[in-house]
Amino acid sequence: MATSSATLTPGTTIAPKRRFGGDEVAYFITLIFATVILLVTVAIVWQLWLHSSPAREKFGFSFLASKLWNPVTDQFGAWPFIYGTLVTSVLALLISVPLGVGAAIYLSELATAKLSNALTFLVELLAAVPSVIYGLLAIFTLVPLMRDYVGPAVQNVLGFLPLFSGHIFGVGYLTAGMVLAIMTFPFIISVSREALMAVPREQREAALALGATQWESTFNAVLPFAKLGIMGSVFLALARALGETMAVTMVIGNDPAIHTSLFAPGYTIAAVIANEFTEATGNTYLSALVELGLVLFALTIVINGVAQLMIVLTTKKGSAKA
Amino acid sequence: MTARNARRKGVNIFMLGLCAACAFVTVSTLFVILGFLLYNGATSVSLNFFTKLPLPPGQDGGGMANAIVGSAQIVIMATLIGLPIGFFAGIYLAEYGGKTFAFMVRYVADLLNGIPSIVIGIFAWTVIVVPAHHFSALAGSMALSLMLIPITARSTEQFLLEVPRAMREGSLALGANKWRTIAKVIVPAARKGIMTGMILGVARISGEAAPLLFTSLNNQYWSTGLSEPTASLPVMIFLRATSAYEDWHRQAWAAGLVLLALVLLANIAARMVISRGASLPR
Repeated sequence: MATSSATLTPGTTIAPKRRFGGDEVAYFITLIFATVILLVTVAIVWQLWLHSSPAREKFGFSFLASKLWNPVTDQFGAWPFIYGTLVTSVLALLISVPLGVGAAIYLSELATAKLSNALTFLVELLAAVPSVIYGLLAIFTLVPLMRDYVGPAVQNVLGFLPLFSGHIFGVGYLTAGMVLAIMTFPFIISVSREALMAVPREQREAALALGATQWESTFNAVLPFAKLGIMGSVFLALARALGETMAVTMVIGNDPAIHTSLFAPGYTIAAVIANEFTEATGNTYLSALVELGLVLFALTIVINGVAQLMIVLTTKKGSAKA
Repeated sequence: MTARNARRKGVNIFMLGLCAACAFVTVSTLFVILGFLLYNGATSVSLNFFTKLPLPPGQDGGGMANAIVGSAQIVIMATLIGLPIGFFAGIYLAEYGGKTFAFMVRYVADLLNGIPSIVIGIFAWTVIVVPAHHFSALAGSMALSLMLIPITARSTEQFLLEVPRAMREGSLALGANKWRTIAKVIVPAARKGIMTGMILGVARISGEAAPLLFTSLNNQYWSTGLSEPTASLPVMIFLRATSAYEDWHRQAWAAGLVLLALVLLANIAARMVISRGASLPR
């Protein structure tokens, strides 16, 4: 026995022939498919770069800062779209972060396991609703509501601010932001809930034992622990909001200009691509739209990278799942 | 001291109540959405909707039969391309992946998953529509399959990793080599989870309109092949809802109801299949 175990040191293969059987083939097949993922992503970047070259050569970096978007004179600038994308996404987060984190606290800290699971199931269904359905609902319900009731009411109180001045069309930055808020909170809720549930039980018990109320325990002992994960969920939602196309296209108002008023119609990067791509005539026009796609791609990649990093960091830290 | 405690208690109740309110407000939006679609769409869903071609505004009795079939065509094609690639890539990540390369693939898959669908549409346009000089269902399928690949790969990987170590070791100890272990033991053990991930992925891409806008475009009539512009439900909803005609709006509501019903049913079915407690990747 002693001699046989001595010969079987790690790395010794008993039957070398078998290593060239199905195992190698299976390995290479799966490797090829995994490599497809890399190649496709590289190809996307390459094609966007290639097809945007006429616009990049013509406008250079001034493309990003220029406010002019005029297909008739072949003058293209991205700033109104970048502005619209950022404004609508930030508005969306201002609404969805408090709502989403509040709901996540309820689901992880207060609700019974059964209720929490049932509600989370519904939230996940909400995340599965297609974008174009949100757009459909927004056009026929939210837009008239904003134009006839919410807009005038807000303007009565805060109309002296430039942010809430001007004519109320129903469509515009604020309406798009509200639709985006509804579309992003499912992500915030489910990721934040997981981050909160990863906080060790001792953290809560220690705070409660010191005499803290449940809210104080949650706010001072649990939330700081899950901070990175919640931030991660916010960035994830931001990336979704930036790239969201259909629902925004249907309610943004399609005006390639910059307005201070949130009631004014605007435009986002994704929306202008969706609306004008099939109608674009001429090389410069098309390549300007592709370059907008490249800008959107870069924006979402950076935001997504930050989100992934934060989520990984928290789940590693709070490994003791409650 | 008692005043301070009373204040603390008040804050406690108020803030916890606020959190509960947040939860119920967010969850209730699902019912608001369902309610509006049922209220506006139910009356317009008729037999004609499923069997007739679209008609110009003002004419009664049109349907979206071509868009329903077109959507099915595009999604099935995308599924045939995307699922195998995602599945095998997922096996690689879970079973064969080394350190650096697997990390890279994983990271890039998440990246691909995060790319806005409209940008994927531009890519499909550059590689299929531009060389072929016309819009086609195939280009739409390709765009959708690119969205399906990372979803399938990551969910397959996750469920394979959840298979207990003892099962692998048992199979290997009985003399099976690695690919037999994967094919006969590990994949069957993770079957339910993998299926769930796949159904959710397919449900997700079937609601996408943005990547189809300038790949498969739209069609008022039946398309006769994969290399022709093809109508799809999500694109139809977009075009009908943004049109100026009352009866087209009704068609949009009907199509919205049908699409939402299909997507939600697929989601509910998939999530019922899965064992409780396992979390799904986004």
